[in-house]
Amino acid sequence: MEKRKIRVLLAKPGLDGHDRGAKVVALAMREAGMEVIYTGLHQTVASIVNQAVQEDVDVIGLSIMSGAHIPICSKLMGMIKEQGLDNKLVAVGGVIPNKDVPTLKGMGVQGIFPGGSYFNDIVSFIETHAPGR
Amino acid sequence: MGVATYIKDKKDAIKEVILQSGIKVKPVYTPDDLEEIGFDYQKDLGDAGEFPFTRSIHPLGFRSRNWTTRQYTGFGTPEETNERFKLMISHGQTGLNVAFDLPTQMGYDSDDEMAEGEVGRVGMAVDSLRDFEIAFKDIQLNRIGSGLTINAVASVMLAMYQSVAEGFGYQKTEISATPQNDILKEIVGRGAWIYPVEPAVRLIGDTIEYAMKELPRCNPVSVCGYHIRESGCTPSQEISYAFMIAFAYIDNVVARGYRAEEFVGSFSFNLNIYGNLWETVAKFRAARKLWAKLLRDRYGVQDKKALFLRGIFGGGGSGMTKQQPENNIMRGAYYALAAALSGAQTTALCSFDEAYTIPTERAALLSLRTFQILMDEIGLRDTVDPLAGSYFMETLTKQMEEKILEEMEKVEKMGGMVEAVASGYVQREVGRQAYEFEKKIQSGEITKVGVNKYTEGVDMEVELHEYNDEWAKLQIDRLRKLRQERDNTAVSRSLKALEQAALKKENVMPYLVDCCKAYATVGEMANVFRDVFGEYREPGIF
Repeated sequence: MEKRKIRVLLAKPGLDGHDRGAKVVALAMREAGMEVIYTGLHQTVASIVNQAVQEDVDVIGLSIMSGAHIPICSKLMGMIKEQGLDNKLVAVGGVIPNKDVPTLKGMGVQGIFPGGSYFNDIVSFIETHAPGR
Repeated sequence: MGVATYIKDKKDAIKEVILQSGIKVKPVYTPDDLEEIGFDYQKDLGDAGEFPFTRSIHPLGFRSRNWTTRQYTGFGTPEETNERFKLMISHGQTGLNVAFDLPTQMGYDSDDEMAEGEVGRVGMAVDSLRDFEIAFKDIQLNRIGSGLTINAVASVMLAMYQSVAEGFGYQKTEISATPQNDILKEIVGRGAWIYPVEPAVRLIGDTIEYAMKELPRCNPVSVCGYHIRESGCTPSQEISYAFMIAFAYIDNVVARGYRAEEFVGSFSFNLNIYGNLWETVAKFRAARKLWAKLLRDRYGVQDKKALFLRGIFGGGGSGMTKQQPENNIMRGAYYALAAALSGAQTTALCSFDEAYTIPTERAALLSLRTFQILMDEIGLRDTVDPLAGSYFMETLTKQMEEKILEEMEKVEKMGGMVEAVASGYVQREVGRQAYEFEKKIQSGEITKVGVNKYTEGVDMEVELHEYNDEWAKLQIDRLRKLRQERDNTAVSRSLKALEQAALKKENVMPYLVDCCKAYATVGEMANVFRDVFGEYREPGIF
């Protein structure tokens, strides 16, 4: 039987509306053979977690350009734990200064891809780390 | 190589150059090229200040008037923003360009659940007139013009600007504000939308109609090709989409029984500079010419001044890189040169730290100095449209004109910009272009210095303008205090009147001014519209 495609929820949390990055990454993941569900803009963390459950995704990718990545990721990771979704792979992309990387990793965000990251790196990270791989 | 496709031979010689707009550049241009395009000075250029204004909208260009510089500013609290405004003015900046935080842009009060973590982060938090009173304190609002970078609730912010000015004793007829107020580009490219397309466009029509009658020095709408270009479209598409958006707003007001001639002179544009230098200059020359011609042919506009393509041509953030950020200082200088060669009336630059944050003081000042060096030191004010007559530039300007019209035609066939955006066509097209471009960067087909070529070197950490949680607390405290102190009966009454006006499709602007003066909050006013209009839903574009 053919292996199930990796399912990714690509989300734009918060009020930031800059979605060029999210859209190009969505297209790149799709070209790499993944199933991508794009949430659209202005999502609350709760609604992202909900969609992750409903869509039964393996990966949650967040795109954040406003600088609010720490409060947003912290809230998301908390909610994921509460709901027992610890097995989901979480990655974040956007305007992420180097100094925030350890904080994000400490929360359990495994993949951090600042603007300009290569599609290949993102794709191979997911292929390696997605649950069940 | 650069922001065009370059095809090379084995010896590293360039065989072919294809600009982003799809135009091939020849290695050498001669008088034959001008003959081939049927170049006619009077028809294609005209003198500076004369139809079709290809060369300039002013007969003497920068000689008679230096450009206005408007670096994007606005931080955290109104107090801090006020300080930065004054600092930039003291350094010679001649206009303000106000950044609002996301909750304000999205019509949420600072204590709204949706605002959590975002208050004062990417700009100034504004909850009520009280915040404007602090931010614009001691600024001469009859002399300094303000760009207000706000769209979904631009009507609210324009009303608030009038209210603060009147409170300070200025006449509404002497103030000059340019709210961005372009919701269609938000839907395509920047994402700060709230209401569905139809009522959102109507709100823009309201501000245009109101400004025409009450705020003669205000430019109620600044049509932004800029953000669509930032989102990935080509330079020619940028102008095509901007013009099609402008037509959508014009049509809304014309449908109210006005002639375009009466109001279109107050339109301005916000257009982008990054990428190939020649393509950029040709883009602006073609755009000035086409705008004048289209307004005349399509809407019968005759008044010369109403045919001017005025606006801010600014250095785009997309050209800036996170890697080797100091390279962005040089990039910014070349973008500024492009702006000057293009005859920009107003300009701004993304600062070298823009890939990380809203500019720090040091970075904003460097951008300002870049402009001053161009104009005051090396001669960009000397003569109008210095590239005119160049075999290459005139050929390219003509080709850009054709490309712009081609793209406009596609949107026209769909029934105009409102339809093309509502269906998701433009968003899809822009997303596709962005993806293709990014792939070329990643494969090295397009060179980005310090990113995919010449990557050796010190990668410096930029100093960031740190976000301070205290701002949010301060702002929320002030908001709560305001809600207790103001005359809440007057607030409710003004909001009720606003609701009635929105329901009856009356022009909401006078009602918004009343609300602002009663110290109703941005969130309260925006929610009145949310209740009446509902909220926009994105079409699936994948």
